Amino acid sequence: MSDLRYMFFLGCTIPYRVLSYEISARKVFAKLGIELVEMSDFNCCGLPVDPASHEMMIALAARNLCLAEQQELDIITLCTGCAVTLRKVNKVLKEDKELRNRINEYLKEVDMEFKGTVETKHFIHAFKEDLGFDKIKESIKKPLAGLKVAEHCGCHLLRPTTVTGWDDPEDPAVLKGLIELTGADCLDYMDEPECCGYTIIAIDDKVAMQLTREKLQHVKMAGAQALITVCPSCHLMYDMQQARIERFFNEKFELPVLHFPQLLGLAMGFRPDELALKDLRVNPSKILEAIKTT
Amino acid sequence: MEHVIEEKATSLTFSDVVKGRLGGKTMTLCYQCGTCASSCPVAKITPRFNPREIIKLSLLGEKDEVISGDAIWLCCSCYNCQERCPQKVEIADVIYALRNIALKEGYIPNIYSEFASALLNDGRIVKVSRFVENKRPTIGLPPLQPTGVDALRKILSATGFDKLQQKKEGVS
Repeated sequence: MSDLRYMFFLGCTIPYRVLSYEISARKVFAKLGIELVEMSDFNCCGLPVDPASHEMMIALAARNLCLAEQQELDIITLCTGCAVTLRKVNKVLKEDKELRNRINEYLKEVDMEFKGTVETKHFIHAFKEDLGFDKIKESIKKPLAGLKVAEHCGCHLLRPTTVTGWDDPEDPAVLKGLIELTGADCLDYMDEPECCGYTIIAIDDKVAMQLTREKLQHVKMAGAQALITVCPSCHLMYDMQQARIERFFNEKFELPVLHFPQLLGLAMGFRPDELALKDLRVNPSKILEAIKTT
Repeated sequence: MEHVIEEKATSLTFSDVVKGRLGGKTMTLCYQCGTCASSCPVAKITPRFNPREIIKLSLLGEKDEVISGDAIWLCCSCYNCQERCPQKVEIADVIYALRNIALKEGYIPNIYSEFASALLNDGRIVKVSRFVENKRPTIGLPPLQPTGVDALRKILSATGFDKLQQKKEGVS
């Protein structure tokens, strides 16, 4: 199933709170020949309730997998958490027959049965394995030469490697390679694969904000003009929470945070308004000016 | 002496409970080297969280201290510790197992309770917003699909989760 046709699993956060990610991803995917089939009837991937009930997480994810199995389509996601959860559950249900039987008993209630016939990929994973770097290279019309950015993969794009396994969790290279295809420089910085802090913001916001703050400091120190993310949760921390973090620690960052499809879209020749750049909380006009003059 | 035996029995029980849960089975492989703690971004910021300590207390059978404290909820689930553990202890997953046990005993931070309520109501953890639903077509996005919440309720009822949630709501 590598004909670039996927079930599009949006997850809970993106379609309500991070529309700029969805808008830019849809534009870029269409241009690259990726066909998205809307996933009717999906529910939460399960990850947010894993702390409360592992069994419920598995049941929720399994139902989503069944929806894709019925359409005989692999799943593509924009969220690293959704991808890792659907992959993990697919794996564990294939390996553990007893668990699969139990979950299938639950699913029987809704006339479903998990079979294990589809894969889930975060779009960066799909870009690497299904689309290929050459296709992306061919799509670049306005290289972003001279622009210096940094990447933040997000924990669940990389870890746990028993579920991901297609990039190095200590020195991730795939997103960096993709960014460099746009013509921008992707700079290394301290503690690059560390967490954004999102998962604990409702438990202890000061600890979470400190995690985000340190990442922003390291990215600025490296001299990056923007940070590039591939997860709605990471983006909420770096972009939406940035002003609050600046106030809380009395420290200025003013670091634009772009979704990778926005950066790629600019290099493909889309206008900033087509990619919803105006929806970003941290004003990206400085980097748009920099791109114009190159 | 009796006290010691009793403690030992308790510790075996709690360790077994954790081991018997999905994700918990590798806990007893831990030899307390501390690679997890030195890999942990949260432990760098606050002394209130230390994954090595959580595993140690769990192995020693200190169930109440582990499940009633706030430490288990401070794990950011980044999986650094799990990747680097020389004993292949699935530390982040053990912590998920501990959280599940805490919930069963009535300890759960409000946020997870809110997630669960949202799921039972809408099938998604972010509150469904009519405003955004109306806005989506005006900015070129397809309308949102139904959440399948009726089917979901049947599954949640089958897993018994809806009862746990009611128990929690009864407690608070």
